[in-house]
Amino acid sequence: MSSLGNAGAAWTADDTVDVLPAKDGNEIQNYMINFGPQHPAAHGVLRLVMELDGEIIERCDPHIGLLHRGTEKLIEYKTYLQALPYMDRLDYVSPMCMEHSYVLAVEKLAGIEVPLRAKYIRTMFAEITRILNHILNTTAHAMDVGAMTPMLWLFEEREKLMEFYERVSGARFHAAWFRPGGVHQDLPAGMLEDIAAWCDGFPRLLDEFQGLVADNRIFKQRNVDIGVISKEDAIAMGFTGPCIRASGVAWDLRKAQPYDAYHLVDFDVPVSNDGDCYARFMVRMAEMRESVKIIRQCVAAMPPGPHITDNRKVAPPSRREMKRSMEALIHHFKLYTEGLHVPAGEAYVATESPKGEFGIYLVADGTNRPWRCHIRATGMAHLQAMDFLCKGHLLADAPAVLGSLDIVFGEVDR
Amino acid sequence: MSIIAPELGRHSWPVMGRHPDLHGRLAALLGDALITIDDHVGETSVTVARAALVESVAALRDAPDLRFNQLIDICGADFPDRAERFEVVVHLLSMAQNLRLRVKTSTDGAAPVPSLTGLFPNAGWYERETWDCYGVMFAGNPDMRRILTDYGFEGHPFRKDFPLTGHVELRWSEEHKRVVYEPVRLAQDFRSFDFLSPWEGTDYVLPGDEKAAK
Repeated sequence: MSSLGNAGAAWTADDTVDVLPAKDGNEIQNYMINFGPQHPAAHGVLRLVMELDGEIIERCDPHIGLLHRGTEKLIEYKTYLQALPYMDRLDYVSPMCMEHSYVLAVEKLAGIEVPLRAKYIRTMFAEITRILNHILNTTAHAMDVGAMTPMLWLFEEREKLMEFYERVSGARFHAAWFRPGGVHQDLPAGMLEDIAAWCDGFPRLLDEFQGLVADNRIFKQRNVDIGVISKEDAIAMGFTGPCIRASGVAWDLRKAQPYDAYHLVDFDVPVSNDGDCYARFMVRMAEMRESVKIIRQCVAAMPPGPHITDNRKVAPPSRREMKRSMEALIHHFKLYTEGLHVPAGEAYVATESPKGEFGIYLVADGTNRPWRCHIRATGMAHLQAMDFLCKGHLLADAPAVLGSLDIVFGEVDR
Repeated sequence: MSIIAPELGRHSWPVMGRHPDLHGRLAALLGDALITIDDHVGETSVTVARAALVESVAALRDAPDLRFNQLIDICGADFPDRAERFEVVVHLLSMAQNLRLRVKTSTDGAAPVPSLTGLFPNAGWYERETWDCYGVMFAGNPDMRRILTDYGFEGHPFRKDFPLTGHVELRWSEEHKRVVYEPVRLAQDFRSFDFLSPWEGTDYVLPGDEKAAK
């Protein structure tokens, strides 16, 4: 020991006493571990500083912000239309639902009327996005607790849904397709038939997935009664979406505060009273079936007509029109340079995104740029409850809780 | 009271419940704390005195006919022209009445805002975020660490006088074998176009255009 010379830089016999249990056995210290930020089960760049007593989590302190890009600040320097693609990059697992809140907020502040076809199209694609999100979450959740197969099975379906994205917007993820006043392009020919055909096949696959996982002993042991949150706590903690519905609160913004065409479609809101990881998983599974129901109704009821408002101060004219009309050309030019002006005022618009209430608080000052655009991230409230949910559980339960909360860091960190 | 308002389906945006006399009820409930109350695009916002924020929100939460039982969000906003430049905006939701309410208060950045953590446990992170981004202190919040910005970050980035490009950038230094911070160097100045008046011209001189400006 003395040959090391510098006692401060090396292990000494005294140091080991702090780390290892003492000989008499009644002095075991808690220790801290870092879960993440580069952990495959952390669903992104989450750093969880955990205080452990053996394998029991005593305290859990999530460190977020590792993916903070200053979206809200960037939006203040962009016109209303230029700000829209930032929304796709928030929750990159459900891009169109992020756009949905934003375009509704702009429409509300500027008083823009939307044609019925656009409302149906947006409702349909919001539900396609919900399935897209829930496929990722449920299968990733299953994989977190050891089930590998569902992800391999269902990602093929996800691929098909992303092909629908690509066919309507040209992009698989970052669509930027919902626009104030409607959607940027109309559905291509044959799209509705293909979506209907997909709706026929998907529930069978969902049954197979559920049959594989839901009654599986290992899956149940890892999820039932893990991360339980009561109705009262879920409300107080700011839970929304599937997480609050799994705790027995029948609260769905699509029903309570309907937007676009949600008041025209018929669907049920799945609710569970258990409030554990298993309940959150099962609520999402049931929601996918309801989404298929909504998509089917939208396909059946899709009315003819324009896909975007004909207000030329909001939406650009068609290319064909631009080639022939000087006025259309000027409108196009003004719209894509100066952009639309939103009257001064403020609005908070929240939609039921797949993860829960996703809100946009928009403060307009009458110019072509937002003065302030605050994004109410769903995951922030859920992640904040990690300490509450994990306390007293085993370390291995943390990934299950995290998976059941459906956290995506693009949205939490903004 | 109807859960679904009559104009359902006319607009694209969400349709909420309607309270028959929300203004009167809020005025009675909040009393002297109430500074202004206004409606815009069907949303109600109240501005309350900073010192009475906690009492006001508690009254709104506990009023049996309103029951704003969920804290949706707290955020900041910066208005440099005002005497008290920062606004703290609280969004409340009443599930029972299907109502939303915005409660606002203001501060100059030095005076702390009373924390809502005693009423709603989820206020903690929202207040941390507001502190991080705007530098508004919350008195009573037990954990006022930064949340979104980097460890050791200086300044409050969402203030209007904080440049969009920031002050420092970081890169991996092969020499030091770690990430190092350096002052931001931009190959091209940040350009902010004046799209508001493309026909009236700009108020700065374009490079090479100096003669024409005279």
